Amino acid sequence: MAAVLESLLREELSVAVAVRWIARSAQSSEDDPREAAALSSLRPLRKEFVPFLLNFLREQSSRVLPQGPPTPAKAPGSSTGLPGRSGGPPRGGRGARNQLFPPIEASSATAADAPSARRGGRRRGPGPARERGRGPGGLEEGVSGECLPWAGGRRPRSSGSPSSPSLARSDPPNLSNLEEFPPVGSVPPGSAGTKPSRRINPTPVSEERSLSKPKTCFTSPPISCVPSSQPSVLDTSPWGHGIPSGCRSLQEEREMLRKERSKQLQQSPTPACPTLEPGSPHPSRTGHLTAEPADPTRVSSRHRLELVALVYSSCIADSLESPLFQSVHDCVFFAVQVLEHQFHVLSHLDKGTLKLLAENERLLCFSPALQGRLRAAYEGSVAKVSLAMPPSAQAVSFQPETDNRANFSSDRAFHTFKKQRDVFYEVLREWEDRHEEPGWDFEKGLGSRIRAMMGQLSAACSHSHFVRLFQKQLLQMCQSPGGAGGTVLGEAPDVLNMLGADKLGRLRRLQERLVAPQSSGGPCPPPTFPGCQGFFRDFILSASSFQFNQHLMDSLSLKIRELNSLALPQPEPSDEDGESDVDWQGERRQFAVVLLSLRLLAKFLGFVAFLPYRGPEPPPTRELQDSILSLRSQVPPVLDVRALLQQGLRARRAVLTVPWLVEFLSLADHIVPMLDYYRSIFTLLLHLHRSLVLSKESEGEMCFLNKLLLLAVLGWLFQIPTVPEDLFFLEEGQLDVFEVDTVASEHGLDSMPVVDQQLLYTCCPYIGELRKLLASWVSGSSGRSGGLVRKITPTTTTGLGAQPPQTTQGLQAQLAQAFFHNQPPSLRRTVEFVAERIGSNCVKHIKATLVAELVRQAESLLQEQLVTQGQEGGDPAQLLEILCSQLCPHGAQALTQGREFCQKKSPGAVRALLPEETPAAVLSSAENIAVSLATEKACAWLSANITALIRREVKAAVSRTLRAQGPEPAARGERRGCSRACEHHAPLPSHLISEIKDVLSLAVGPRDPEEGVAPEYLEQLLGQLGQMLRCRQFLCPPAEQHLAKCSVELASLLVADQIPILGPPAQHQLERGQARRLLLMLLSLWKDDFQVPVPLQLLLRPRNVALLADTRPREWDLLLFLLRELVEKGLMRRMEIEACLGSLHETQWPGDFSEELATLFNLFLAEPHVPEHQLRACELVQPNRGTVLAQS
Amino acid sequence: MILTKAQYDEIAQCLVSVPPTRQSLRKLKQRFPSQSQATLLSIFSQEYQKHIKRTHAKHHTSEAIESYYQRYLNGVGENGAAPVLLELANEVDYAPSLMARIILERFLQEHEEAPPSKSVINSMLRDPSQIPDGVLANQVYQCIVNDCCYGPLVDCIKHAIGHEHEVLLRDLLLEKNLSFLDEDQLRARGYDKTPDFILQVPVAVEGHIIHWIESKASFGDECSHHAYLHDQFWSYWNRFTAFDPELDSNWRVSLDFLKCRSTPPMVSQDMELFVPIGDLKLFLDNLEISMSFKEDFPFFFFFHSEENCRFLELEGGSETISFSPLVSS
Repeated sequence: MAAVLESLLREELSVAVAVRWIARSAQSSEDDPREAAALSSLRPLRKEFVPFLLNFLREQSSRVLPQGPPTPAKAPGSSTGLPGRSGGPPRGGRGARNQLFPPIEASSATAADAPSARRGGRRRGPGPARERGRGPGGLEEGVSGECLPWAGGRRPRSSGSPSSPSLARSDPPNLSNLEEFPPVGSVPPGSAGTKPSRRINPTPVSEERSLSKPKTCFTSPPISCVPSSQPSVLDTSPWGHGIPSGCRSLQEEREMLRKERSKQLQQSPTPACPTLEPGSPHPSRTGHLTAEPADPTRVSSRHRLELVALVYSSCIADSLESPLFQSVHDCVFFAVQVLEHQFHVLSHLDKGTLKLLAENERLLCFSPALQGRLRAAYEGSVAKVSLAMPPSAQAVSFQPETDNRANFSSDRAFHTFKKQRDVFYEVLREWEDRHEEPGWDFEKGLGSRIRAMMGQLSAACSHSHFVRLFQKQLLQMCQSPGGAGGTVLGEAPDVLNMLGADKLGRLRRLQERLVAPQSSGGPCPPPTFPGCQGFFRDFILSASSFQFNQHLMDSLSLKIRELNSLALPQPEPSDEDGESDVDWQGERRQFAVVLLSLRLLAKFLGFVAFLPYRGPEPPPTRELQDSILSLRSQVPPVLDVRALLQQGLRARRAVLTVPWLVEFLSLADHIVPMLDYYRSIFTLLLHLHRSLVLSKESEGEMCFLNKLLLLAVLGWLFQIPTVPEDLFFLEEGQLDVFEVDTVASEHGLDSMPVVDQQLLYTCCPYIGELRKLLASWVSGSSGRSGGLVRKITPTTTTGLGAQPPQTTQGLQAQLAQAFFHNQPPSLRRTVEFVAERIGSNCVKHIKATLVAELVRQAESLLQEQLVTQGQEGGDPAQLLEILCSQLCPHGAQALTQGREFCQKKSPGAVRALLPEETPAAVLSSAENIAVSLATEKACAWLSANITALIRREVKAAVSRTLRAQGPEPAARGERRGCSRACEHHAPLPSHLISEIKDVLSLAVGPRDPEEGVAPEYLEQLLGQLGQMLRCRQFLCPPAEQHLAKCSVELASLLVADQIPILGPPAQHQLERGQARRLLLMLLSLWKDDFQVPVPLQLLLRPRNVALLADTRPREWDLLLFLLRELVEKGLMRRMEIEACLGSLHETQWPGDFSEELATLFNLFLAEPHVPEHQLRACELVQPNRGTVLAQS
Repeated sequence: MILTKAQYDEIAQCLVSVPPTRQSLRKLKQRFPSQSQATLLSIFSQEYQKHIKRTHAKHHTSEAIESYYQRYLNGVGENGAAPVLLELANEVDYAPSLMARIILERFLQEHEEAPPSKSVINSMLRDPSQIPDGVLANQVYQCIVNDCCYGPLVDCIKHAIGHEHEVLLRDLLLEKNLSFLDEDQLRARGYDKTPDFILQVPVAVEGHIIHWIESKASFGDECSHHAYLHDQFWSYWNRFTAFDPELDSNWRVSLDFLKCRSTPPMVSQDMELFVPIGDLKLFLDNLEISMSFKEDFPFFFFFHSEENCRFLELEGGSETISFSPLVSS
């Protein structure tokens, strides 16, 4: 191992090759043969490398941390607990897995944790930890990095209880010895000098939970400070009542724990849950940090550190795991390097974390570039995540469905059930009131009442009724440990902010800080039942009723199936229309609700289903284990989760199915993963985990956050003590089934951005650890007394007492909540539906009115601009900026208008949808709630998007206007349509073009001798042309342009007398008078009817004039006539004509023709004002060109 | 007036190797006096285009171009006033307008330093007086006005027909109080490819739901059906199966392809009938809908018959036509 690392450091090996070597046993063709050779000899050691690297890093860095124990060495102990476990790989490292928080070097790895955490546990943290006293031998399994996402043992000094360091290396610790392994805040003051880098680690968690003894957690609950500091923490621990039936033994155990706990309290000045007490600093963390500022210039062996960081990052990135540390500078440098490599993942964190990271002065100092990127990511981020826990319990709701008498077999059953309801709620209320009191005990306080109640549920149907009630209540109370928990107005934690109450927002944040658990149990917490989930768990345990459990499992399974197959809407992701965003938020929220419900149900199903088999340890001997296995393999699974998982993968709905399945499996007992059925599930999950690579994003693949969620939950699952690590070392070939399946369907939930940061943090509270750690670093480094809270707002000075001030809005929300609970559920659905639709309509309405009006203004402003600046108008981008700066401020009106709209529209809709008989008061409340919900929804969207929307629309308008500006200015002119009376009987333009084209082709030839046109026909044609031009109904600009051109050509042919006329063969020409009449018709069309420019200059182009050259005798009078009329009618200016005539001279003409042309020119010039008689005179000389010329 | 497949074939047969000139069209009219000029011209044009598509390449080899150009030069050398270019085109069985383009391009290559751009060529074809050589200008102009299947004038006519039929269709829809979105409105909403009209409230015609109407101002022969099916139908299908996202999935069930084929005759079930359209007004007064089943999708066409148009009876509530109910789930 060391050899590998050394060759890396000496650069004999490239990082890429090394990582490939770790990841695959086979050599890749890309590898340098020399390098490959060096590695191939080390192949057997491959799997040990990662743990070795981790250990190396930890040891290196721990040296830098003199105050703390070098490493919280609890690792080896666990293995002792598992003697003779079979099925494991022979190499032995079994024990390692047992350590949830293997004492990996805190300092060095800390920084890296963040990213690795995201990664969802690809690297195997615990491996190294456990192995550390023992040598690499046991670590091989850790290599492929399947497990222990968070487990990396990042708990810096938490484990640094004074006794632990010595334990670490030598004897296996006695895990059940609470003195040796104080579960709770065992950090003696000043014990550990934390490195700054540690701060970054989600470590604080570990202080609160002694995860180090995971294997024992079934019996001796780690004292977790889960949500709050209640003294009765014990009860909130997940396995509080580990032994299903033995209430007494539980009792005893609890007693014992309590004693232990008080002992600890006495022993150590720090409270059991240090986090709860912001006032009490963790000297260990902050003390050292502030003492020695890290300095980038003092980094030793920089290059080698960089190399190691790269290997570490690559391991993370490639789903493998994990640094030469001589000083804190080295540690920080390493940490920053790793963070840099993992920027992609960091950038997907919530805004708060990004801000903390971006503001971290060490980061700035060591990598201004990374700091800049983080700042940019922070500024661009909209992912606000609230870490607050929801209120612990909602008001008890009345469930009319379960109260329906028709559902009961007899009056007696009905009445019994009614009583049971009352008992149940009474128990619940009592729990709510008292469970935080010190010394209160669930079993003692409520156990007998619960059992008495269960005893009354004799009939099977009564059980199912009660189970329905139980399940409903469960869902309602704890659906979302993270936020949406059954609230109506409160579903967005930011409601108060959105309502614009700044102060309230601050209060809320403060409240969140005070109420939110400081830690959710570390980066790798064991499964817990936080908050009111604890009630339900304890209820089940205390009831210890087989019938109840069976009915509960049936009901939970059914509901899980139902929710899991719920068709969640799949809006087109490509729809870029802003409005859909509004709807999309709704879809996402719905997904979150379904997902959280499923997780909750699955967790309880797992809890109840595996309850009978749960024990503190895996079976002690192989024989015993085998017999248990053969028994258990007979028992069908409570729910066919494997089929559901397979379906989910095939339908690309893993993002929905996997998270709840993980919850279910997290509560499995030790035997479960060894059963073939479940083993195949784990294998499938493992493959899924390996197939999800964060850095790889391709079309149709899973969305980043979806992936992150899956990785996080899977990583978490894999580090749970009951999951045996040998699962992860199965040979690769065993599971290609999965690959095939995923290709099946293209459009699954997986490729929809259904997961947002809030949901991610809700499902994986341990991700939030990073933020808490960073926050505590800030407080530590700023020289304050420490504690995890950056700033304590002086609310207490207001003397309002312990109760946070109840805000009006908050109260309103609660009122609404209470209101709905007392009404039929359809009322709530109706109100929510109306609010959603009206909110969405409101946005559309604003778009169609306000925005459209602004766009219209933009167009007219632009026109002005174009007029003043000339046709060019300037740079479009600049124009757009100017317009937007003028118009965007008007967007503020959107909120006012939006509010009005919702105010106006919602009540009617609610009224229409609710039954006529709804009482007036209920109706008006429903209306008001609908209004406020709709307003909230609309305003939230509008305030976030209105500027962008205006910009987009104005941009489109600008490019439209500029384009219209382009090639056909005439088309922009006002079009005179036909009169209202017009019945559009005029011939169609296409018909006329076609007819005129025929005439032109006839005139141009070639033609048969008998072909020609009747003069009347020509007149009729021009008449129709006039009609059509006046009607215009069917006319489009290109047609008109072609008609104009054709009409000019026709005029040239008339002037040159080139149109073959039907009639006696002798007379193939038009009479002068007829020709002149036709010309006058054309002149009138040009002057009055054409609305496009008529290309009259064509008349004097050489080609048209040359038509005259062909005629014998040449006749110039018609041309002269036409030219004079053109001037007369103002169709052409004299100057224009003169210019055209002038340019004709440039053409080569036959000698006589150019002479005549010159004469015509003079003639035209000679008569500036053309009197009628002179024209006639001209006409008189017509037959003979000599005469014409003579006159001149 | 119904054009049978046999009649259609007969007409098409007559058009083999016939130059696309005024004279050819006149002869065609004499041969099929019962058909309107519009129908004949439309068939002629399509048949001729098919022919040109097949033979286009051989006229564009450098040898061919060179030989055409030499023949042109010789021809105008002898007599510049003779229809040299037109006759050359007819002789080699190529469209006069296209021949004019070949020669013009070749001419410009010889006389200009830089090879002429496409837009210059197009502009000269639209207005031959821009052509520097007077003789060539006349020759080109002659080709263009004599070509009844290709060239800027023909293109303009086709475009005009398309526009006119859109207007007619719009008027009809307005008259029938059918709410619709036109192409411009759809484009403003950001759709890339749009049919002429989308009905905001779909109508049922003879039991088939119609969502949108595309008007094709050309003869609906088999070949163009295939082409339109390929170019437009599927594009629309991809986009407009449910054109308004607000409508629920009922509308996604089936998309019926409604074509308003104005000029043309339609193809009905067995491709037996071609119904020519003569006068547009007449067409509008006598709309009838027929359909053919192709690729499992019903196609709707408007065509022209002596009977009253059922489409026009919407308001009267005839049994065959009604607004489809907006089913809410």
